[in-house]
Amino acid sequence: MKVLTLNFLTCAVKACKSSSDSFPLHPKDCELVSDELEVNSALLTNVLTRVDWKALTTTAAELGFPTLPATPPTPEELAGDEKMLKELHTLLMETQINEGKLVCGHCGHEYAVKEGIANFLLPNHLV
Amino acid sequence: MDTELSLSRCSLEQRHQFRAASVNLAGGRKFSRFFSLVPKHHLSASERLETMLPTPSTSHVDYERIYEPAEDSFLLLDTISSESEKAFLQERFKLQVSGNVSSSPLVVEVGTGSGVVLSFVHAHAELIFGRSDILTAGVDVNRHACKATAVTVSIAEKEQQEQVKSHGFYIGNILGDLSTPIRPGSVDVLIFNPPYVPTPDLPALPGADDVEQTSYEVDSHLLALSYAGGADGMETTDRLLDELPNILSKDRGCAYILLCAQNKPEEVKDRVMSLDMNFSVETVGTSGKKAGWEKLQIIRIWR
Repeated sequence: MKVLTLNFLTCAVKACKSSSDSFPLHPKDCELVSDELEVNSALLTNVLTRVDWKALTTTAAELGFPTLPATPPTPEELAGDEKMLKELHTLLMETQINEGKLVCGHCGHEYAVKEGIANFLLPNHLV
Repeated sequence: MDTELSLSRCSLEQRHQFRAASVNLAGGRKFSRFFSLVPKHHLSASERLETMLPTPSTSHVDYERIYEPAEDSFLLLDTISSESEKAFLQERFKLQVSGNVSSSPLVVEVGTGSGVVLSFVHAHAELIFGRSDILTAGVDVNRHACKATAVTVSIAEKEQQEQVKSHGFYIGNILGDLSTPIRPGSVDVLIFNPPYVPTPDLPALPGADDVEQTSYEVDSHLLALSYAGGADGMETTDRLLDELPNILSKDRGCAYILLCAQNKPEEVKDRVMSLDMNFSVETVGTSGKKAGWEKLQIIRIWR
């Protein structure tokens, strides 16, 4: 799964849905892999306008990526900043979480990621 | 499931026959999968190749544990790529909205199985949506299906690249129960080919650790989850419908859901309307006008 996917995922436990601590999930002991992809600035620009920037900032920091600015770059800023474009491309488009865990900040449940697939099925006591 | 489990010592062929018989008894489903009785008006995958957008290759998929593409899958492909649905989607997701560029739509298929439907939408994103910056993702309760979908998507992608054609951006498959892992308000297009066959019981949902095991029993259970729908074949679909108001994006979310006649589609549509005061619902594809117990339809739900 792409790092970007974390921006669209939340804890599967019903009681956590209303808590802001359940998003984003926190990567733990993650093994990252990177696909080399050509930079597609139109795609990146149109994806950036829909991501939750604050959550992405948290994710990037937790995965050890360079600190993101406090506010997302506008399309014009992105077009004029090749370094930023490349960094965001690497983080959002190229990087995948292959193994590790995703932890809910509310209930503490850890979702295992194996072979790039996160397991959001719940143990019986949490369903 | 108990009956299926007791058959664990049967040969493969016997199992197929049993499954066909049990499904037939249960009142319908996906019979082309079991009897190869593909209706005349419906084209096979190879015939579709010549006349329509190519169907993604799923020849690598193990159909002993993953639902094989059948008439219902092809109806979804044909409906989503029909002229009327392309017009709907292109208007809804047009790139320029009052001078601004609209953000990339997120397409999520729940229950991807082989991945044939998601890969189709992924590969033909530009023809369907009029733009190729489409994010695609899948959820399935079956780990093998998640892996198979990733492979199907990557084969479909390569085929597009070889022809110097565009495709969407696949962000991965998640192992999970319906839309439970999805952040509220994030899905722009949801696609669901549910387990819609009416059955006396609903197979139990696997727990977090169950899915890591491999055995004939587990495989049968996973297959049963792909078609057995419990009362009216609606028990699983109803759970997803309840979540639609939460997971669809507020301004442009829409969903394509497949129903069979025994699901009582008109009642389902009434129920959808009661879920959210801003929902509209319409039948946008049918498996043909022939009356019969296997008739399928696709409903589109949108705000």
